[in-house]
Amino acid sequence: MSDTIDVAYVAELARLELTPDEHRLFQQQLELIVRYVDKIGELDVSGIEPTMHGQAVVNVFREDVVLPSCDRERVLGNAPERNGYEFRLPKIVEDA
Amino acid sequence: MDIATLTVKEAARGLRAKDYSSVELTQAVLAAIRERDGALNAYLSVDAEGALRQAADADAARASGREGDLLGVPIAVKDLINVDGQPCTCASKILRGYTACYDATVSARLRQAGAVFAGRTNMDEFAMGSSTEASAFRTTRNPHDGTRVPGGSSGGSAAAVAGGEALAALGTDTGGSIRQPASFCGCVGLKPSYGRVSRYGVTAYASSLDQVGPMTKTVEDAATVLSCLAGRDPRDGTTPDVPVPDYGAALRGGLKGLRIGLPKEYYIAGTDPAVMACVRGAVEACAAAGAEVVEVSLPHTEYAIAVYYIVATAEASANLARFDGVRYGHRTANPESVFGLYAKSRAEGFGTEVKRRIILGTYVLSSGYYDAYYGRAQKVRTLIRRDYEAAFRSCDVLMTPVAPTAAYRIGEACDDPLKMYLGDIFTVPANLAGLCGLSVPCGKTPEGLPVGLQVLGPAFGECAVLRAGQGVEELVGAE
Repeated sequence: MSDTIDVAYVAELARLELTPDEHRLFQQQLELIVRYVDKIGELDVSGIEPTMHGQAVVNVFREDVVLPSCDRERVLGNAPERNGYEFRLPKIVEDA
Repeated sequence: MDIATLTVKEAARGLRAKDYSSVELTQAVLAAIRERDGALNAYLSVDAEGALRQAADADAARASGREGDLLGVPIAVKDLINVDGQPCTCASKILRGYTACYDATVSARLRQAGAVFAGRTNMDEFAMGSSTEASAFRTTRNPHDGTRVPGGSSGGSAAAVAGGEALAALGTDTGGSIRQPASFCGCVGLKPSYGRVSRYGVTAYASSLDQVGPMTKTVEDAATVLSCLAGRDPRDGTTPDVPVPDYGAALRGGLKGLRIGLPKEYYIAGTDPAVMACVRGAVEACAAAGAEVVEVSLPHTEYAIAVYYIVATAEASANLARFDGVRYGHRTANPESVFGLYAKSRAEGFGTEVKRRIILGTYVLSSGYYDAYYGRAQKVRTLIRRDYEAAFRSCDVLMTPVAPTAAYRIGEACDDPLKMYLGDIFTVPANLAGLCGLSVPCGKTPEGLPVGLQVLGPAFGECAVLRAGQGVEELVGAE
């Protein structure tokens, strides 16, 4: 089922920069792991319903009312950088 | 009082009888940590000041007439469960310096019961691992042999309880992370059924598998802590409105007439003979005490590891997307673009095992592979679940080994992730099928390493599992 894994492409999808060493290591280890998990291909699963949760769960609804939440000051206390009541971020729009 | 042997039940009795106060009990736990943790490294942080304040509050509450099994009892918490005002690092550099600003539901329930939060226990980073070696901060040692691992991912909690640094602890179990370290360290570990305990405020690894549960010195203590944790939570939609039974009463059921199933796929060559001897000895003792033993079959067991490492990593890759350097956690210095902000912050913050699982999970979800891996794995998961449903028609509980080996040496399995993953073979199916499972000590190897017996029950069948576990504990203790 699996052909060679394009680790660089997958890392880009995952928003994860890898060092050349990590790239080499994962390439080799993931090929082995994927070859192992390929064994699920042996089974005939036609007509089998997927199990998506540990139990059969259904959507849970509640009234749309405002409840007390975390203290803003303390939430912002964990921010890498803040500006008053805002998360401060580096400039991300390139100049025209 | 001796923290090394003191149980929750005995502490409750001592507090009630005013043999000691909660402040004195908490001071004794803090002293045990100071004395022993330099060697064990079970804790990542200790909140002495906060714990003593909570203990004083508990003493005041008791003086004004309040009672309770956990009132004034210190409990250690795995470092991925939020406790308001304490660190919550998930043993990851990406959350170094993070302070929880709310209680997880399990923390709130313990707080309500008057429990004391003494410290945060070490773990594999984001609960990804089976030895606690994947912690970014320190290597926890097995209390029975300091050259060996405590198991994982809740290895700090297991080592703290078994090593005399805690009366009880909370762990989490996504593929065996409560049961396997309990087995390696020689304590009791209970993974409740999926949905039995709220996961609100517990850092998510694989949301369709994760559960929180107690790690204790006795089966009875596990029942006491579970009674506090269990039940519906409006903040976790996966907790159904199933009544919480009297777990304490379940302990008195006895082994007589209990139907024990032995899945033949779990009794295979490849498991350490010393482990198998302990497990078989416990099962034979149960039979001699009046339990009925039947052989059952779980034919899809051999696919469980493959399904688990597809489902768990896929869900992990989505759950860990929240660590992007924007609102909390590590942020890279001077990112040049928004992509760089994410990719470099994550590269600098996550350890190797977490990166490996994010990459695998992203791969199995990616376009062109989704149907062959994630989609197909969910269907095989149905076959595994059906196997257990069929097995539980002819027995009340299953008894199996927890892991194929006792605790192995630090460093021994690190270089071969697939080998370490295969060690989870006996524990992951319970998570895939939403079952409950208990690890209870059932003997030691000739080298003196503890061995756990796994007792599995159907979903919301904690009573049967606790009943069986209590029976095993009494038989093993009597030997």
